[in-house]
Amino acid sequence: MEHFFSLLVRSIFVDNMIFAFFLGMCSYLAVSKNVKTAVGLGVAVTFVLLITVPVDYLLQTKVLANGSIIEGVDLTFLSFILFIAVIAGIVQLVEMIVERFSPSLYAALGIFLPLIAVNCAIMGASLFMQQRILLDPATSTQAIGGVGDSISYALGSGIGWTLAIVGLAAIREKMAYSDVPKPLQGLGITFITVGLMAMAFMCFSGLNI
Amino acid sequence: MSKLFSKENGEVFSSPLNLNNPVTVQVLGICSALAVTSQLKPAIVMGLSVTVITAFSNVIISLIRKTIPNRIRIIVQLVVVAALVTIVSNILKAYVYDVSVQLSVYVGLIITNCILMGRLEAFAMQNGPWESFLDGVGNGLGYALVLVVVGFVRELLGFGTLLGFTIIPSSTLLENGGLYLNNGMMTMPAMALIIVACVIWVHRSVNKEEKK
Repeated sequence: MEHFFSLLVRSIFVDNMIFAFFLGMCSYLAVSKNVKTAVGLGVAVTFVLLITVPVDYLLQTKVLANGSIIEGVDLTFLSFILFIAVIAGIVQLVEMIVERFSPSLYAALGIFLPLIAVNCAIMGASLFMQQRILLDPATSTQAIGGVGDSISYALGSGIGWTLAIVGLAAIREKMAYSDVPKPLQGLGITFITVGLMAMAFMCFSGLNI
Repeated sequence: MSKLFSKENGEVFSSPLNLNNPVTVQVLGICSALAVTSQLKPAIVMGLSVTVITAFSNVIISLIRKTIPNRIRIIVQLVVVAALVTIVSNILKAYVYDVSVQLSVYVGLIITNCILMGRLEAFAMQNGPWESFLDGVGNGLGYALVLVVVGFVRELLGFGTLLGFTIIPSSTLLENGGLYLNNGMMTMPAMALIIVACVIWVHRSVNKEEKK
């Protein structure tokens, strides 16, 4: 129980997808112009993470790992293809569900819903999970040793990503009124803002849980 | 032969290097551009890997573009890219193991690099293999260029070295009685964002002058 909680808090603040690893920057920069769509995308990303990371965990441990299907055969080199197929399939599914039950959210997210498939945060979470299986749970708070751990890691990463995009969207809404040098407008100043936010998040890196 | 190196093809190759740079103008592939640039060597390796993968995935998709059903094209593209990335990742592990450890998950993340999907969708689906190859190499090198600039600044100011060789003599360092101190902040993720912002700033102000 304690391990779930520490994984969750660590992945929200210390190992934040945006500020520590820059994952999912493309849609992060493109969709952060107003808070409402930012929240919608954040929730969609969290939802997709919550399904794909545990599924990829099971695939990694039960199918790909050394000797899990046939003795002595290591299939981990297939992990990229398998993970991206799972992600693309699940994103398609989510798209169909959202279109059926909430057409307004579907219209608001537009092209960015199918693009979640190529959001680095989703693939990145699965790849980090793959690395963390190898860690020793007794010594490392980052180790992922079961389906429960992978769910808690996915939830934390999703919340951290949502937190980051909503924060940036709120700042950018206010920044529309400020006087920025011409060549720096738009992309440039957004980068500097994200840099300053990342510096603020660096103070969590001493957090020991 | 003259058709292969015509003016249009030259532009396809050279425009992503400067005026239409994938990172600073089209804002694609930012994730890895920031994460792998704390030193010059991984930045170069990453830039080259992306160039190779973009070029070859462009060629493959361009060759089969007429047979891909429109509805499932994204999945087809992803599978082609994922296969190429697997090959490159294993080559890196075999020949430059230390760099591949440094790059860690970011090699796998080339699959979700927006430059690849963007070029496949926007260029390779409409054009022939040779143009697509040039376009892929051009965009890959444009991306590598930004990575190298950012990696150069961060390694020089953060560690005082370039490609692992010491540039700033150790006698000038503060702990050895000198006056200079390496800026540890440069090695942090936050500064990568700010350096990329400066690159964009310079790039945009220079290009604006050229247009006048």
